[in-house]
Amino acid sequence: MAKSNKPIIWGTFAAGGELVSLITPVLIVLTLLAAMGFVPEMLGYEKLHAYASHWFGKLVIFVVLFLSLWSQAHRLRITFFDFGVRADTLVATTVYSIAALCSVATAVYLFRF
Amino acid sequence: MSRRPYIQEVSPTAWFFKRPRYMRYMAREVTSIFIGIYTIIMLVGLARLSEGQAQYEGFLAALRQPLSIVFHVFALAFSLYNSFTWFNVAPKALPIQVGEGFMPDSVVAGGHYVVWVLLSLFILFWAGVI
Repeated sequence: MAKSNKPIIWGTFAAGGELVSLITPVLIVLTLLAAMGFVPEMLGYEKLHAYASHWFGKLVIFVVLFLSLWSQAHRLRITFFDFGVRADTLVATTVYSIAALCSVATAVYLFRF
Repeated sequence: MSRRPYIQEVSPTAWFFKRPRYMRYMAREVTSIFIGIYTIIMLVGLARLSEGQAQYEGFLAALRQPLSIVFHVFALAFSLYNSFTWFNVAPKALPIQVGEGFMPDSVVAGGHYVVWVLLSLFILFWAGVI
């Protein structure tokens, strides 16, 4: 049987979908509060910097961003198709490249702490 | 004699206006745009955080722009819609076999809602909001 890269894409799609569904609304609430001038304690520089400096914090941040990036990239690909954009190879290459670049960027930023 | 098969014209760009069900599907699809942009905002925040206090304070200040507040409100609404539709379809995507039958849909979907509420409360508590 021909090898397929689908399990990898689907795995991140499913895990990402689950994680995004469970935590994205509350994360948006946190930054919405910050946007309205009520910065939650944890989003303050000192606290968040300390969190991102710890290995566990780095792991959590990386997993959340990585899964969000890849699951939403995959969904965006399908969304483009549904809106009538039929250049799937171009769309897939673009969105997955952005997800890959942003994943690398996440790791690079985390190493700076 | 040639037969003329019935071919239904389907517009590739406006097909979803035909039925409310298609519209709900597309509304869910659109949530990926908002969540995608929000993910990029989180990444930018991480970048500024890694650059130092002044840069991170600048990021927080940029969040207070009216456009950012409007985006957050829409993103929150769309992400909630995304979550609820995901929880509701979970029993179909993740059927759990119990003996001969399957676990009732309400248990799988309800379990998701319970976990979602508890996790959201935990994150609010962790962040110092409650």
